[in-house]
Amino acid sequence: MMKNDMSKIIENKHICDNIFELVVLSDIVPLPGQFYMIKGLNGDYLLPRPISVHNYQDGKLRLLYRVSGHGTDQISRMKVNDNIQVLGPLGNGFDIALLNGKIAIVGGGIGIAPLLYLMKNIESKKPDVYLGFKDETFCLEGFGPNRNELIVVTEDGNTGHKGYVTDFINVKDYDIVITCGPEIMMEKIIRACLEKNVEVYASMEKRMACGVGACLGCVINTKNGNKRVCKDGPVFNGTDLTV
Amino acid sequence: MANLKVDFLGKVFKNPVVAASGTFGFGEEYNDIYDVGLLGGISSKGLTLKSKQGNEGIRLWETPMGLMNSIGLQNPGVESFISREINIMKQYKTNVIANLGGNTLDDYLIGVKLLNDSEVDIIELNISCPNVKEGGMAFGIKADIAYNTVKAVREICRKPLMVKLSPNAESIPEMAAACEEAGADALSLINTINAMAIDIYARKSVFNNYYAGLSGPAVKPIALRMVHQSAKAVKIPVCGMGGISSGVDAIEFIMAGASIIQVGTANFVKADSCLDIIKELDEFLDSQGIRDIKEITGII
Repeated sequence: MMKNDMSKIIENKHICDNIFELVVLSDIVPLPGQFYMIKGLNGDYLLPRPISVHNYQDGKLRLLYRVSGHGTDQISRMKVNDNIQVLGPLGNGFDIALLNGKIAIVGGGIGIAPLLYLMKNIESKKPDVYLGFKDETFCLEGFGPNRNELIVVTEDGNTGHKGYVTDFINVKDYDIVITCGPEIMMEKIIRACLEKNVEVYASMEKRMACGVGACLGCVINTKNGNKRVCKDGPVFNGTDLTV
Repeated sequence: MANLKVDFLGKVFKNPVVAASGTFGFGEEYNDIYDVGLLGGISSKGLTLKSKQGNEGIRLWETPMGLMNSIGLQNPGVESFISREINIMKQYKTNVIANLGGNTLDDYLIGVKLLNDSEVDIIELNISCPNVKEGGMAFGIKADIAYNTVKAVREICRKPLMVKLSPNAESIPEMAAACEEAGADALSLINTINAMAIDIYARKSVFNNYYAGLSGPAVKPIALRMVHQSAKAVKIPVCGMGGISSGVDAIEFIMAGASIIQVGTANFVKADSCLDIIKELDEFLDSQGIRDIKEITGII
Protein backbone atom coordinates (compact mmCIF):
# COMPACT_ATOMS: atom_id res chain seq x y z
CA MET A 1 0.00 0.00 0.00
CA MET A 2 1.36 3.35 -0.98
CA LYS A 3 0.00 6.84 -0.57
CA ASN A 4 0.60 8.99 -3.64
CA ASP A 5 -1.53 12.09 -3.53
CA MET A 6 -1.98 15.64 -2.42
CA SER A 7 -2.66 15.91 1.30
CA LYS A 8 -3.88 18.81 3.38
CA ILE A 9 -1.39 19.96 5.98
CA ILE A 10 -2.81 19.50 9.49
CA GLU A 11 0.19 21.07 11.23
CA ASN A 12 3.56 22.41 10.13
CA LYS A 13 5.06 23.35 13.44
CA HIS A 14 8.33 25.04 14.28
CA ILE A 15 9.85 22.88 17.04
CA CYS A 16 13.07 24.77 17.68
CA ASP A 17 16.02 26.26 15.84
CA ASN A 18 15.69 24.82 12.31
CA ILE A 19 13.59 21.78 13.26
CA PHE A 20 9.99 21.45 12.05
CA GLU A 21 7.23 18.86 12.28
CA LEU A 22 4.81 18.33 9.42
CA VAL A 23 1.54 16.47 10.07
CA VAL A 24 -0.76 15.03 7.40
CA LEU A 25 -3.53 12.45 7.52
CA SER A 26 -2.90 8.96 6.19
CA ASP A 27 -4.73 5.64 6.45
CA ILE A 28 -1.56 3.71 5.81
CA VAL A 29 0.35 2.51 8.86
CA PRO A 30 4.05 2.92 8.10
CA LEU A 31 6.82 0.76 9.50
CA PRO A 32 9.25 2.48 11.82
CA GLY A 33 12.27 3.61 9.81
CA GLN A 34 10.29 4.31 6.65
CA PHE A 35 10.11 7.74 5.04
CA TYR A 36 8.00 9.83 2.70
CA MET A 37 8.91 11.96 -0.31
CA ILE A 38 7.40 15.39 0.36
CA LYS A 39 7.06 18.36 -1.95
CA GLY A 40 5.13 21.55 -1.46
CA LEU A 41 3.53 23.26 -4.41
CA ASN A 42 5.05 26.53 -3.34
CA GLY A 43 8.49 27.70 -4.29
CA ASP A 44 10.85 27.13 -7.12
CA TYR A 45 12.46 23.83 -6.32
CA LEU A 46 12.21 20.60 -8.21
CA LEU A 47 12.58 17.43 -6.22
CA PRO A 48 10.55 16.09 -3.31
CA ARG A 49 12.52 15.73 -0.08
CA PRO A 50 12.81 12.45 1.83
CA ILE A 51 11.50 12.93 5.38
CA SER A 52 11.37 10.30 8.13
CA VAL A 53 8.29 9.10 9.93
CA HIS A 54 8.63 10.56 13.42
CA ASN A 55 5.38 9.17 14.68
CA TYR A 56 2.12 7.71 13.47
CA GLN A 57 -1.01 7.54 15.58
CA ASP A 58 -4.75 7.75 14.97
CA GLY A 59 -4.30 8.37 11.25
CA LYS A 60 -1.92 11.24 11.84
CA LEU A 61 1.43 10.97 10.14
CA ARG A 62 4.13 13.05 11.80
CA LEU A 63 7.23 13.86 9.79
CA LEU A 64 10.15 15.57 11.52
CA TYR A 65 12.61 17.52 9.41
CA ARG A 66 15.47 19.97 9.61
CA VAL A 67 15.64 22.94 7.30
CA SER A 68 18.98 22.36 5.64
CA GLY A 69 18.53 23.94 2.24
CA HIS A 70 16.18 25.62 -0.15
CA GLY A 71 13.69 22.75 -0.51
CA THR A 72 13.14 22.12 3.19
CA ASP A 73 13.01 25.89 3.73
CA GLN A 74 10.14 26.09 1.26
CA ILE A 75 8.37 23.16 2.92
CA SER A 76 8.72 24.88 6.31
CA ARG A 77 6.89 27.94 4.94
CA MET A 78 3.77 25.98 4.06
CA LYS A 79 0.65 26.65 6.09
CA VAL A 80 -2.12 24.54 7.63
CA ASN A 81 -4.66 23.51 4.96
CA ASP A 82 -2.12 23.97 2.15
CA ASN A 83 -1.86 20.95 -0.11
CA ILE A 84 1.37 19.03 -0.09
CA GLN A 85 2.54 16.16 -2.31
CA VAL A 86 3.04 12.96 -0.31
CA LEU A 87 4.52 9.69 -1.60
CA GLY A 88 5.14 6.76 0.71
CA PRO A 89 5.77 5.04 2.97
CA LEU A 90 9.06 4.18 1.30
CA GLY A 91 12.10 2.09 2.21
CA ASN A 92 12.47 -1.09 4.19
CA GLY A 93 12.10 0.19 7.75
CA PHE A 94 13.17 -1.67 10.85
CA ASP A 95 12.28 -5.34 11.11
CA ILE A 96 10.78 -5.34 14.58
CA ALA A 97 10.73 -9.14 14.76
CA LEU A 98 14.54 -9.14 14.70
CA LEU A 99 14.84 -6.73 17.62
CA ASN A 100 15.08 -8.88 20.72
CA GLY A 101 17.16 -8.82 23.88
CA LYS A 102 18.69 -5.77 25.46
CA ILE A 103 18.36 -2.88 23.00
CA ALA A 104 20.01 0.54 22.79
CA ILE A 105 18.73 3.31 20.53
CA VAL A 106 21.34 5.92 19.69
CA GLY A 107 20.31 9.09 17.89
CA GLY A 108 22.02 12.34 17.01
CA GLY A 109 20.47 15.63 15.91
CA ILE A 110 17.73 15.28 13.30
CA GLY A 111 18.68 11.58 13.23
CA ILE A 112 16.35 11.12 16.19
CA ALA A 113 13.45 11.57 13.73
CA PRO A 114 12.81 7.88 12.92
CA LEU A 115 13.77 6.68 16.38
CA LEU A 116 10.68 7.89 18.25
CA TYR A 117 8.30 5.82 16.16
CA LEU A 118 10.72 2.91 16.42
CA MET A 119 10.79 3.22 20.20
CA LYS A 120 7.00 3.30 20.37
CA ASN A 121 6.96 0.04 18.43
CA ILE A 122 9.41 -1.67 20.76
CA GLU A 123 8.43 -0.04 24.06
CA SER A 124 7.69 -3.42 25.58
CA LYS A 125 11.32 -4.35 25.03
CA LYS A 126 12.42 -1.45 27.22
CA PRO A 127 15.19 -0.04 25.08
CA ASP A 128 17.70 2.41 26.54
CA VAL A 129 17.72 5.64 24.58
CA TYR A 130 20.82 7.78 24.01
CA LEU A 131 20.24 11.10 22.28
CA GLY A 132 22.96 13.57 21.32
CA PHE A 133 22.56 17.18 20.26
CA LYS A 134 24.86 20.06 19.37
CA ASP A 135 23.23 22.55 21.75
CA GLU A 136 19.44 22.79 21.74
CA THR A 137 17.56 19.56 22.43
CA PHE A 138 14.21 18.75 20.86
CA CYS A 139 11.42 16.17 21.00
CA LEU A 140 12.77 14.61 24.18
CA GLU A 141 9.34 14.37 25.81
CA GLY A 142 8.19 11.90 23.18
CA PHE A 143 10.73 9.37 24.29
CA GLY A 144 8.96 8.97 27.65
CA PRO A 145 7.30 7.78 29.75
CA ASN A 146 7.83 4.04 29.46
CA ARG A 147 11.47 4.29 28.61
CA ASN A 148 13.92 2.26 30.54
CA GLU A 149 16.50 4.99 30.53
CA LEU A 150 17.02 8.21 28.57
CA ILE A 151 20.54 9.60 28.36
CA VAL A 152 20.77 13.08 26.84
CA VAL A 153 24.10 14.54 25.75
CA THR A 154 24.85 17.98 24.35
CA GLU A 155 28.16 19.23 23.03
CA ASP A 156 28.00 22.33 25.21
CA GLY A 157 26.55 20.57 28.24
CA ASN A 158 23.55 22.88 28.22
CA THR A 159 21.19 19.95 28.70
CA GLY A 160 22.13 16.56 30.08
CA HIS A 161 25.71 15.36 29.89
CA LYS A 162 28.44 17.35 28.17
CA GLY A 163 30.25 15.77 25.22
CA TYR A 164 29.37 13.33 22.48
CA VAL A 165 26.69 10.67 22.78
CA THR A 166 29.20 8.08 21.58
CA ASP A 167 31.21 8.61 24.78
CA PHE A 168 28.28 7.64 26.98
CA ILE A 169 27.31 4.26 25.61
CA ASN A 170 29.07 1.01 26.23
CA VAL A 171 27.80 -1.11 23.37
CA LYS A 172 28.92 -4.29 25.17
CA ASP A 173 25.96 -3.83 27.52
CA TYR A 174 23.55 -4.57 24.67
CA ASP A 175 22.44 -7.33 22.34
CA ILE A 176 21.30 -4.88 19.68
CA VAL A 177 22.17 -1.26 18.96
CA ILE A 178 20.12 0.89 16.59
CA THR A 179 21.49 4.18 15.37
CA CYS A 180 20.58 7.16 13.24
CA GLY A 181 22.39 10.49 13.09
CA PRO A 182 25.46 12.21 11.73
CA GLU A 183 27.73 9.94 9.69
CA ILE A 184 30.64 10.29 12.08
CA MET A 185 28.47 9.26 15.03
CA MET A 186 27.04 6.24 13.25
CA GLU A 187 30.48 5.18 12.07
CA LYS A 188 31.78 5.18 15.64
CA ILE A 189 28.79 3.22 16.91
CA ILE A 190 28.90 0.70 14.08
CA ARG A 191 32.65 0.17 14.43
CA ALA A 192 32.35 -0.33 18.20
CA CYS A 193 29.50 -2.80 17.75
CA LEU A 194 31.27 -4.80 15.06
CA GLU A 195 34.40 -5.00 17.23
CA LYS A 196 32.39 -6.26 20.19
CA ASN A 197 30.17 -8.54 18.14
CA VAL A 198 27.04 -6.60 18.94
CA GLU A 199 24.26 -6.62 16.38
CA VAL A 200 23.81 -3.13 14.95
CA TYR A 201 21.32 -1.49 12.58
CA ALA A 202 21.84 1.94 11.08
CA SER A 203 19.38 4.16 9.25
CA MET A 204 21.27 5.95 6.48
CA GLU A 205 20.70 9.21 4.68
CA LYS A 206 21.66 10.24 1.14
CA ARG A 207 20.61 12.74 -1.48
CA MET A 208 17.65 11.25 -3.38
CA ALA A 209 15.78 12.05 -6.54
CA CYS A 210 13.11 9.37 -7.06
CA GLY A 211 12.91 7.87 -3.56
CA VAL A 212 11.64 4.58 -4.99
CA GLY A 213 14.79 2.83 -6.23
CA ALA A 214 14.83 3.80 -9.89
CA CYS A 215 17.39 6.57 -10.31
CA LEU A 216 20.33 5.01 -8.43
CA GLY A 217 21.30 8.42 -7.10
CA CYS A 218 21.44 7.37 -3.44
CA VAL A 219 23.52 4.20 -3.57
CA ILE A 220 26.11 3.34 -0.95
CA ASN A 221 28.89 0.79 -1.20
CA THR A 222 28.21 -2.21 1.00
CA LYS A 223 29.94 -5.53 1.43
CA ASN A 224 27.30 -6.91 -0.92
CA GLY A 225 27.81 -4.33 -3.63
CA ASN A 226 25.92 -1.12 -4.30
CA LYS A 227 22.71 -0.72 -2.34
CA ARG A 228 20.03 1.92 -2.74
CA VAL A 229 19.41 3.81 0.49
CA CYS A 230 15.83 4.56 -0.59
CA LYS A 231 14.80 1.04 -1.54
CA ASP A 232 17.23 -1.49 -0.04
CA GLY A 233 17.50 0.75 3.05
CA PRO A 234 17.40 3.19 4.68
CA VAL A 235 17.95 0.62 7.45
CA PHE A 236 21.05 -1.53 7.01
CA ASN A 237 22.59 -4.24 9.12
CA GLY A 238 25.96 -2.98 10.33
CA THR A 239 27.68 -6.13 9.08
CA ASP A 240 26.81 -5.09 5.50
CA LEU A 241 28.20 -1.58 5.84
CA THR A 242 31.75 -0.60 4.99
CA VAL A 243 32.93 1.63 7.84
CA MET B 1 -11.15 11.27 -26.48
CA ALA B 2 -8.70 12.12 -29.21
CA ASN B 3 -6.59 9.42 -30.79
CA LEU B 4 -3.22 9.35 -29.04
CA LYS B 5 -2.08 6.18 -30.76
CA VAL B 6 1.17 6.48 -32.70
CA ASP B 7 2.88 4.04 -35.03
CA PHE B 8 6.60 4.37 -34.34
CA LEU B 9 9.11 2.15 -36.12
CA GLY B 10 6.39 -0.38 -36.85
CA LYS B 11 5.35 -0.62 -33.20
CA VAL B 12 2.04 0.57 -31.86
CA PHE B 13 2.40 3.11 -29.05
CA LYS B 14 -0.93 3.51 -27.27
CA ASN B 15 0.16 7.06 -26.58
CA PRO B 16 3.35 8.99 -27.34
CA VAL B 17 4.58 9.09 -23.73
CA VAL B 18 7.64 6.97 -22.94
CA ALA B 19 9.52 6.80 -19.64
CA ALA B 20 13.09 7.94 -20.28
CA SER B 21 16.15 5.81 -19.80
CA GLY B 22 17.87 6.13 -16.44
CA THR B 23 14.88 7.60 -14.68
CA PHE B 24 12.62 4.59 -14.56
CA GLY B 25 14.84 1.60 -13.82
CA PHE B 26 13.21 -1.35 -15.56
CA GLY B 27 9.73 -0.19 -14.62
CA GLU B 28 9.17 -2.29 -11.52
CA GLU B 29 9.59 0.44 -8.90
CA TYR B 30 7.09 2.69 -10.64
CA ASN B 31 4.71 -0.20 -11.26
CA ASP B 32 4.28 -0.33 -7.48
CA ILE B 33 2.82 3.18 -7.77
CA TYR B 34 0.76 2.92 -10.96
CA ASP B 35 0.17 0.60 -13.89
CA VAL B 36 3.15 1.37 -16.13
CA GLY B 37 1.39 -0.57 -18.90
CA LEU B 38 -0.56 2.66 -19.46
CA LEU B 39 2.56 4.21 -20.97
CA GLY B 40 3.45 4.17 -24.64
CA GLY B 41 6.79 2.60 -23.75
CA ILE B 42 9.62 2.32 -21.28
CA SER B 43 13.27 2.88 -22.10
CA SER B 44 15.47 0.74 -19.90
CA LYS B 45 18.23 1.95 -17.63
CA GLY B 46 21.27 2.46 -19.86
CA LEU B 47 22.89 -0.92 -20.40
CA THR B 48 26.51 -1.73 -21.06
CA LEU B 49 27.97 -5.02 -22.20
CA LYS B 50 29.43 -5.75 -18.76
CA SER B 51 27.74 -4.70 -15.55
CA LYS B 52 28.88 -1.40 -14.07
CA GLN B 53 29.03 -0.18 -10.49
CA GLY B 54 28.69 3.45 -11.50
CA ASN B 55 30.41 6.49 -10.09
CA GLU B 56 31.70 7.18 -6.59
CA GLY B 57 30.88 10.34 -4.69
CA ILE B 58 27.87 12.58 -5.01
CA ARG B 59 25.60 11.44 -7.82
CA LEU B 60 22.81 14.02 -7.67
CA TRP B 61 22.73 17.79 -7.41
CA GLU B 62 19.65 19.95 -7.74
CA THR B 63 19.95 23.26 -9.56
CA PRO B 64 17.28 25.91 -10.14
CA MET B 65 14.60 23.82 -11.88
CA GLY B 66 17.18 21.33 -12.97
CA LEU B 67 18.90 18.18 -11.80
CA MET B 68 22.50 17.22 -12.37
CA ASN B 69 23.39 13.55 -12.23
CA SER B 70 26.55 11.53 -12.37
CA ILE B 71 25.28 8.00 -11.90
CA GLY B 72 27.87 6.56 -14.28
CA LEU B 73 25.68 3.95 -15.96
CA GLN B 74 25.33 1.64 -12.97
CA ASN B 75 23.58 -1.31 -14.58
CA PRO B 76 23.47 -5.12 -14.50
CA GLY B 77 24.94 -5.60 -18.00
CA VAL B 78 23.28 -6.80 -21.22
CA GLU B 79 23.36 -10.51 -20.38
CA SER B 80 21.65 -10.03 -17.04
CA PHE B 81 19.12 -7.77 -18.74
CA ILE B 82 18.26 -10.47 -21.24
CA SER B 83 17.90 -13.17 -18.62
CA ARG B 84 16.14 -11.15 -15.93
CA GLU B 85 15.12 -7.50 -16.30
CA ILE B 86 13.62 -7.82 -19.76
CA ASN B 87 11.10 -10.29 -18.38
CA ILE B 88 10.02 -7.74 -15.83
CA MET B 89 9.59 -5.12 -18.54
CA LYS B 90 7.78 -7.45 -20.95
CA GLN B 91 5.01 -8.19 -18.46
CA TYR B 92 3.82 -4.57 -18.57
CA LYS B 93 2.12 -4.67 -21.99
CA THR B 94 4.02 -1.68 -23.30
CA ASN B 95 6.88 -1.17 -25.72
CA VAL B 96 10.23 -2.19 -24.31
CA ILE B 97 13.13 -0.07 -25.44
CA ALA B 98 16.62 -1.27 -24.56
CA ASN B 99 18.99 1.65 -24.07
CA LEU B 100 22.50 0.50 -24.93
CA GLY B 101 25.70 2.40 -24.19
CA GLY B 102 29.31 1.48 -24.80
CA ASN B 103 32.93 2.48 -24.41
CA THR B 104 34.11 0.91 -27.64
CA LEU B 105 32.57 -0.02 -30.96
CA ASP B 106 32.96 -3.69 -30.06
CA ASP B 107 30.90 -3.14 -26.91
CA TYR B 108 28.06 -1.81 -29.03
CA LEU B 109 28.31 -4.59 -31.60
CA ILE B 110 28.35 -7.45 -29.11
CA GLY B 111 25.57 -5.82 -27.12
CA VAL B 112 23.40 -5.39 -30.20
CA LYS B 113 24.02 -9.00 -31.25
CA LEU B 114 22.77 -10.19 -27.87
CA LEU B 115 19.74 -7.90 -27.99
CA ASN B 116 18.90 -9.04 -31.53
CA ASP B 117 17.70 -12.35 -30.13
CA SER B 118 15.83 -10.83 -27.22
CA GLU B 119 12.27 -9.64 -26.98
CA VAL B 120 13.07 -5.92 -26.96
CA ASP B 121 10.93 -3.86 -29.33
CA ILE B 122 13.45 -1.13 -30.10
CA ILE B 123 17.13 -0.55 -29.41
CA GLU B 124 18.03 2.98 -28.35
CA LEU B 125 21.71 3.36 -29.07
CA ASN B 126 23.16 5.73 -26.51
CA ILE B 127 26.08 7.52 -28.10
CA SER B 128 25.83 10.30 -25.62
CA CYS B 129 26.29 9.37 -21.97
CA PRO B 130 28.28 12.19 -20.38
CA ASN B 131 29.11 10.35 -17.19
CA VAL B 132 31.49 7.68 -18.28
CA LYS B 133 35.10 8.77 -18.35
CA GLU B 134 36.42 6.95 -21.37
CA GLY B 135 34.40 6.96 -24.56
CA GLY B 136 30.66 7.18 -24.12
CA MET B 137 30.11 10.73 -25.13
CA ALA B 138 32.95 10.84 -27.63
CA PHE B 139 30.72 8.93 -30.03
CA GLY B 140 28.12 11.63 -29.76
CA ILE B 141 30.26 14.71 -30.33
CA LYS B 142 31.64 14.30 -33.83
CA ALA B 143 29.31 13.45 -36.70
CA ASP B 144 31.87 11.30 -38.55
CA ILE B 145 32.55 9.11 -35.49
CA ALA B 146 28.82 8.78 -34.89
CA TYR B 147 28.29 7.88 -38.55
CA ASN B 148 30.86 5.07 -38.42
CA THR B 149 29.43 3.73 -35.16
CA VAL B 150 25.83 3.77 -36.30
CA LYS B 151 26.73 2.29 -39.68
CA ALA B 152 28.57 -0.63 -38.10
CA VAL B 153 25.73 -1.24 -35.66
CA ARG B 154 23.12 -0.95 -38.42
CA GLU B 155 24.80 -3.69 -40.41
CA ILE B 156 24.22 -6.25 -37.67
CA CYS B 157 21.16 -4.81 -35.91
CA ARG B 158 17.91 -6.67 -36.60
CA LYS B 159 15.80 -4.52 -34.29
CA PRO B 160 14.44 -1.07 -35.01
CA LEU B 161 17.36 1.21 -34.24
CA MET B 162 16.88 4.57 -32.54
CA VAL B 163 20.02 6.62 -31.95
CA LYS B 164 20.08 8.86 -28.89
CA LEU B 165 21.88 12.11 -29.60
CA SER B 166 23.88 14.25 -27.24
CA PRO B 167 23.15 17.96 -26.97
CA ASN B 168 26.91 18.28 -26.71
CA ALA B 169 27.32 17.35 -30.38
CA GLU B 170 29.31 19.85 -32.45
CA SER B 171 26.33 20.39 -34.74
CA ILE B 172 22.91 18.91 -34.09
CA PRO B 173 21.63 19.08 -37.69
CA GLU B 174 24.85 17.49 -39.01
CA MET B 175 24.76 14.83 -36.32
CA ALA B 176 21.12 14.03 -37.04
CA ALA B 177 21.75 13.79 -40.77
CA ALA B 178 24.85 11.63 -40.27
CA CYS B 179 22.94 9.13 -38.13
CA GLU B 180 20.11 8.98 -40.65
CA GLU B 181 22.55 8.38 -43.48
CA ALA B 182 24.27 5.65 -41.46
CA GLY B 183 20.97 3.81 -41.23
CA ALA B 184 19.27 4.87 -38.01
CA ASP B 185 15.53 4.22 -38.05
CA ALA B 186 14.83 7.04 -35.61
CA LEU B 187 16.56 9.61 -33.44
CA SER B 188 15.97 10.42 -29.82
CA LEU B 189 17.18 13.56 -28.12
CA ILE B 190 18.35 15.19 -26.00
CA ASN B 191 20.50 13.38 -23.51
CA THR B 192 21.64 15.46 -20.55
CA ILE B 193 23.73 18.60 -21.06
CA ASN B 194 27.29 18.47 -19.77
CA ALA B 195 27.38 20.75 -16.75
CA MET B 196 29.24 21.55 -13.55
CA ALA B 197 28.69 22.55 -9.93
CA ILE B 198 31.32 23.63 -7.43
CA ASP B 199 31.36 23.27 -3.66
CA ILE B 200 32.93 26.62 -2.82
CA TYR B 201 33.67 25.68 0.79
CA ALA B 202 35.43 22.45 -0.10
CA ARG B 203 36.93 24.26 -3.11
CA LYS B 204 36.27 21.37 -5.42
CA SER B 205 33.82 20.14 -8.00
CA VAL B 206 30.70 18.60 -6.46
CA PHE B 207 31.15 15.57 -8.69
CA ASN B 208 34.18 13.29 -8.64
CA ASN B 209 34.08 13.29 -12.46
CA TYR B 210 34.02 17.11 -12.44
CA TYR B 211 31.19 17.34 -14.94
CA ALA B 212 27.72 15.83 -14.81
CA GLY B 213 24.56 15.74 -16.92
CA LEU B 214 21.92 18.44 -16.49
CA SER B 215 18.26 17.58 -17.05
CA GLY B 216 14.85 18.86 -16.01
CA PRO B 217 12.75 21.92 -16.86
CA ALA B 218 15.90 24.08 -16.99
CA VAL B 219 17.01 22.38 -20.23
CA LYS B 220 13.62 22.29 -21.98
CA PRO B 221 13.92 25.30 -24.27
CA ILE B 222 17.31 24.09 -25.49
CA ALA B 223 16.02 20.56 -26.01
CA LEU B 224 13.02 21.86 -27.91
CA ARG B 225 15.24 23.83 -30.27
CA MET B 226 17.44 20.79 -30.89
CA VAL B 227 14.46 18.51 -31.52
CA HIS B 228 13.14 21.03 -34.01
CA GLN B 229 16.51 21.26 -35.76
CA SER B 230 16.79 17.47 -35.94
CA ALA B 231 13.29 16.96 -37.22
CA LYS B 232 13.98 19.48 -39.97
CA ALA B 233 17.27 17.82 -40.87
CA VAL B 234 15.98 14.23 -41.31
CA LYS B 235 13.08 12.22 -42.70
CA ILE B 236 13.18 9.51 -40.03
CA PRO B 237 10.97 9.99 -36.96
CA VAL B 238 12.23 11.76 -33.87
CA CYS B 239 11.61 10.97 -30.23
CA GLY B 240 11.86 14.21 -28.27
CA MET B 241 12.86 14.74 -24.68
CA GLY B 242 14.47 17.17 -22.31
CA GLY B 243 12.66 18.64 -19.34
CA ILE B 244 9.15 17.63 -20.37
CA SER B 245 6.99 18.03 -17.27
CA SER B 246 3.49 18.70 -18.53
CA GLY B 247 1.09 18.10 -21.37
CA VAL B 248 1.90 21.57 -22.69
CA ASP B 249 5.60 20.72 -22.81
CA ALA B 250 4.82 17.47 -24.61
CA ILE B 251 2.67 19.27 -27.19
CA GLU B 252 5.49 21.73 -27.83
CA PHE B 253 7.88 18.87 -28.61
CA ILE B 254 5.31 17.18 -30.83
CA MET B 255 4.64 20.39 -32.72
CA ALA B 256 8.42 20.82 -33.07
CA GLY B 257 8.58 17.46 -34.83
CA ALA B 258 8.67 14.68 -32.23
CA SER B 259 6.47 11.67 -33.04
CA ILE B 260 6.82 10.38 -29.50
CA ILE B 261 8.32 11.93 -26.38
CA GLN B 262 10.20 10.73 -23.29
CA VAL B 263 9.71 11.89 -19.75
CA GLY B 264 12.65 11.67 -17.37
CA THR B 265 13.30 14.01 -14.47
CA ALA B 266 9.58 14.72 -14.11
CA ASN B 267 9.13 11.16 -12.83
CA PHE B 268 11.15 12.20 -9.78
CA VAL B 269 9.26 15.43 -9.28
CA LYS B 270 5.95 13.59 -9.22
CA ALA B 271 5.97 9.82 -9.48
CA ASP B 272 3.00 9.60 -11.83
CA SER B 273 3.89 12.59 -14.01
CA CYS B 274 3.64 10.44 -17.15
CA LEU B 275 -0.03 9.74 -16.45
CA ASP B 276 -0.71 13.45 -15.91
CA ILE B 277 0.98 14.21 -19.21
CA ILE B 278 -1.09 11.61 -21.09
CA LYS B 279 -4.27 13.07 -19.58
CA GLU B 280 -3.25 16.63 -20.38
CA LEU B 281 -2.40 15.67 -23.97
CA ASP B 282 -5.86 14.21 -24.38
CA GLU B 283 -7.53 17.26 -22.83
CA PHE B 284 -5.57 19.66 -25.01
CA LEU B 285 -6.47 17.84 -28.21
CA ASP B 286 -10.14 17.71 -27.23
CA SER B 287 -10.17 21.38 -26.30
CA GLN B 288 -8.73 22.26 -29.70
CA GLY B 289 -11.03 19.95 -31.62
CA ILE B 290 -8.08 17.85 -32.80
CA ARG B 291 -9.05 14.23 -33.37
CA ASP B 292 -5.63 12.70 -33.86
CA ILE B 293 -2.33 13.70 -32.33
CA LYS B 294 -0.61 13.13 -35.66
CA GLU B 295 -2.45 16.19 -36.98
CA ILE B 296 -0.10 18.43 -35.01
CA THR B 297 3.16 16.47 -35.30
CA GLY B 298 5.89 18.62 -36.77
CA ILE B 299 3.61 21.51 -37.76
CA ILE B 300 6.15 24.15 -36.73
